[in-house]
Amino acid sequence: MALKQTPSQTVGPYFAYGLTPEQYGYPLKSIAGAEMRGPDTEGEAVRIEGQVLDGEGACVNDAMIELWQADAHGRYAHPADPRSSNAGFAGFGRCGTGTDPENRFVFETVKPGAIADGHAPHINVIVFMRGLLTHAYTRIYFADEAERNAADPVLSAVPAERRDTLIAARTEDSGQAVYRFDIHMQGENETVFFDV
Amino acid sequence: MSTELSFNRRDWGTQPPYLHAEYKSTARRGPTRPLVPIVSSLSEVTGPVYGHESVGELDSDLTKNGAKDGEPLGERIIVTGRVLDEDGRPVPNTLIEIWQANAAGRYIHVVDQHDAPIDPNFFGGGRCLTDADGAYRFYTVRPGAYPWGNHFNAWRPNHIHLSLFGPAFATRLVTQMYFPGDPLLDLDPIYQGTPEAARGSLVARFDIETTEPEFALGYVFDIVLRGRGATPMEG
Ligand SMILES: [Fe+3]
Repeated sequence: MALKQTPSQTVGPYFAYGLTPEQYGYPLKSIAGAEMRGPDTEGEAVRIEGQVLDGEGACVNDAMIELWQADAHGRYAHPADPRSSNAGFAGFGRCGTGTDPENRFVFETVKPGAIADGHAPHINVIVFMRGLLTHAYTRIYFADEAERNAADPVLSAVPAERRDTLIAARTEDSGQAVYRFDIHMQGENETVFFDV
Repeated sequence: MSTELSFNRRDWGTQPPYLHAEYKSTARRGPTRPLVPIVSSLSEVTGPVYGHESVGELDSDLTKNGAKDGEPLGERIIVTGRVLDEDGRPVPNTLIEIWQANAAGRYIHVVDQHDAPIDPNFFGGGRCLTDADGAYRFYTVRPGAYPWGNHFNAWRPNHIHLSLFGPAFATRLVTQMYFPGDPLLDLDPIYQGTPEAARGSLVARFDIETTEPEFALGYVFDIVLRGRGATPMEG
């Protein structure tokens, strides 16, 4: 390797007008938002919501969450996926935690399919905030997929007592599936973050 | 699904740690437990794709994209460079998003209460795509320093925030570009949070060749994203 990676730096407290402008009411078109699903997107409509909590359990109001996921058939909208999705589903979402009254991130998307046999459905997550010099990678798995979760190679590599931090509980709101995924930056229930 | 592609991991000799005592917000926000190594799969080697449709005509010219009835105040600059991977290969067609303070050191963000003037002709956000050679180019004004609450008399050096996707989820990068010779760099816990050997790569280079006569000073800032891994992984 001839060159050294450029170091990461924190997104800081003022990312919103650059990265999530429409959500925060700034006059710039967003490239991505929290509405990841369109009216024609195939698959089960789900809401992904949660809070980001610091080491004292305080809710973080200046975090930005990015989601990257496969479509309902487990295909990524990217040339490296040979089955590349053509369903018009980009699979990428962004949400800041500064506009919701409870400082939640709330994404409207579809439940992804498994990327291959032996894998459990999951959503890839990046966490940014003031105070994080380098972004943190985690994953959302689904509580109603116990059997496939048990076989998943990434989840299996996580110490058993910490796996629950990656599993979103399922509830319903007016007939729509809601998965709750709180991100604990520190503490007893510190979320598992990956060396991606 | 197995994949022939993988990316080098983050180089912790270059990347800042999660916990850096002098930058106080890290103390309650940085993960404390060891990262769990991931078995690379399609999830890490794919990533969001944004093309020309996501970039508007004036998006890369911050001297124009927020102008209402005149030009923004401050020193006009050009920020240009190439996005490469660790093997020196250009990263083409990748989206770069930037945001910054105005020349007085004030962000348009509602939470920024620094007592410095808003510039009615400057928004401070923009984006562009790299070309086939990985090159990018922005026009903007030099951002001012601004105070922050980390410690008594704390001031952020002049900086521009940059966000890049690169080819994959694994190559995602958010960073800051600084200016050469800024005396605040030595005092800034965010800049200083980076391993010493790598800090210099966050500082742009003044370039008279890039400088446009009678118009704007030129700064060159090359960005290196994680390269492709040597060994294919199964996932
Ligand atoms: Fe800043």
